[in-house]
Amino acid sequence: MLKAMLSEAWLAMGANRLRTALTMLGMVIGVGAVVIMIAIGQGAQYAVQQTISTMGSNLYIVLSGSFTASGVRSGSAGAPSLNVADAEAMAELDGVANVSPTHQGTRQLVYGSQNWSTQVIGSTPEYLEARAWNIVNGASFGDSDVRSATRVAIIGKTVAENLFGADDPVGKTMRIQQNPFVVIGVLGSKGQNLDGRDQDDTVIIPLTTAQRKVFGTPFLGSVRMIMVQADSAESMPKVEAGITALLRQRHRLREGMPDDFFMRNLSAAAESEAATTRTMSILLGAIASISLLVGGIGIMNIMLVSVTERTREIGIRMAIGARQKDILTQFLLEAVMISFAGCLLGLLLGLGIALGINAFTGMVIVISGSAALVAFAVAATVGIFFGWYPAKKAAQLDPIEALRYQ
Amino acid sequence: MSDAVIRVVGLGKSYVTAAGLFPALKGVDLEVRPGEYIAIMGPSGSGKSTFMNLLGCLDQPSMGDYFLAGENVAHLEKDALAQLRNRTLGFVFQGFNLLPRMSLQDNVALPLVYAGVDKETRRRAAREMLARVGLEKYAESRPNQISGGQQQRVAIARALVNKPRLILADEPTGNLDSHTSEEIMRLFGELNGEGITIVLVTHEPDIAEHAKRQVRFLDGQIINDHLTGAAA
Repeated sequence: MLKAMLSEAWLAMGANRLRTALTMLGMVIGVGAVVIMIAIGQGAQYAVQQTISTMGSNLYIVLSGSFTASGVRSGSAGAPSLNVADAEAMAELDGVANVSPTHQGTRQLVYGSQNWSTQVIGSTPEYLEARAWNIVNGASFGDSDVRSATRVAIIGKTVAENLFGADDPVGKTMRIQQNPFVVIGVLGSKGQNLDGRDQDDTVIIPLTTAQRKVFGTPFLGSVRMIMVQADSAESMPKVEAGITALLRQRHRLREGMPDDFFMRNLSAAAESEAATTRTMSILLGAIASISLLVGGIGIMNIMLVSVTERTREIGIRMAIGARQKDILTQFLLEAVMISFAGCLLGLLLGLGIALGINAFTGMVIVISGSAALVAFAVAATVGIFFGWYPAKKAAQLDPIEALRYQ
Repeated sequence: MSDAVIRVVGLGKSYVTAAGLFPALKGVDLEVRPGEYIAIMGPSGSGKSTFMNLLGCLDQPSMGDYFLAGENVAHLEKDALAQLRNRTLGFVFQGFNLLPRMSLQDNVALPLVYAGVDKETRRRAAREMLARVGLEKYAESRPNQISGGQQQRVAIARALVNKPRLILADEPTGNLDSHTSEEIMRLFGELNGEGITIVLVTHEPDIAEHAKRQVRFLDGQIINDHLTGAAA
């Protein structure tokens, strides 16, 4: 019975091809717009998430405070207020997953006839973990390297390209400020961070080596920065409060005295950017949904016309035994079929245009199966919702009136 | 009396009009026994069309009872009436009322779709009925490709496809020339000969002469009910 009705609906759609095609066009444009907007929105979210994930998650940066000498203030990390012992104490705090004290600065690197100025970061092996940074070539240094201040270095991709060109840097010796360092590893590429700074333009060496051989320290064990990773996003406020209390106590700051350190939440900026893109993509989807709604109203409009035009046919069908349910099903099926066919075409159109945008502008596009599924569910809903009223109207016709209709 | 195909008792129908309640049918009694062939006659406005709509389960009476094959159907719901139209009755209209987009075979098979019969059985039954009215070679044609008389024969085939006890025909020759009308009436005569009960509405006396019994309506009442020469 359903099969017979499906083929009848197909016939009815074919009876006025231009009208059916125009009705479908509303759905095609609606679904197409939704698919494109979702693809672009999800693409933007994906791009932001990629950038965020290169920074590492749930991170705090604790910087040593500024100092003032003769009225000149040094800016953050100017005062030698943090040290390795602070970092070790922080690691004991509840909710802290990872602590890596770092001491960094900009230095000139020399290899053979090449030289390159870059950021040199002295830290512990945990630093790479906190930033979720992997080594693509060679290996990382270990705790023993930190203990014995060995002269080994891990270099970023940009440094590798500028100093070593096409050569394999691993095992080569370069100099940082007259000190020879053996390159033991090359970092995987992270690209730009949210500020546009090249994260691959860096060298990582053991903390103690940096303190003693490269930068020197005002006090033994001084560090400029401590990177702290919380074990989850939920424990971040607790960690922040814990660190503040711990450092004030360790630095013997009395009530009312200002902190001699700064704390920055690295994730906050990223989170807000992610929230912005999320809002944007919801907005895009909402606007696109309006065209889907308009398409649905188009279906309803045409179905109403169709019911009026076919009043006599409905009367005949009723006279030979069609129940209200049968007439309802027939017109509902027609609406759903138009809406499904429109949805399918719209899906293809949307995918085509999304891929086209990706190919011609390089914009990141994410096409998800779930979006296509949602589009189909929406199309069926639109078809049933907007087809219901005309179908109900048809089913409730009086057979005698309908038969008399010219 | 329970073996009557149709038995109506005090059947009445009133319509609400601007001038008030208009009684189109004022308490009609009639009994139709199996195998009868009745012509219902009367001028327009006499209530014969209203009566036919009630007999055909297209409408519900305002008063009285209607026993169709022994069952009182006067107060059934719309869907139950639809089932009766589908299984117990066959309709033939003045304007043929075939669906223009479908092949003749599909037109004939349509009542079976609503009876929930499977496709192969539908096809076979439709072919059989088309053969019965002599049009099997047009099975794949459209209604607009055949003549009016042929269309009416297809409509009769459609009325027969569910093997009803009763065929109701409303001015079946109204749109046909006299020669074709004769053919259609001959077909009705044959069907009646096979035992099918036929009730037809006409205002042409020579068409009514084919029936075995004539019932005349005037002002919503039966004024005359007699057997014709064909009854013998």
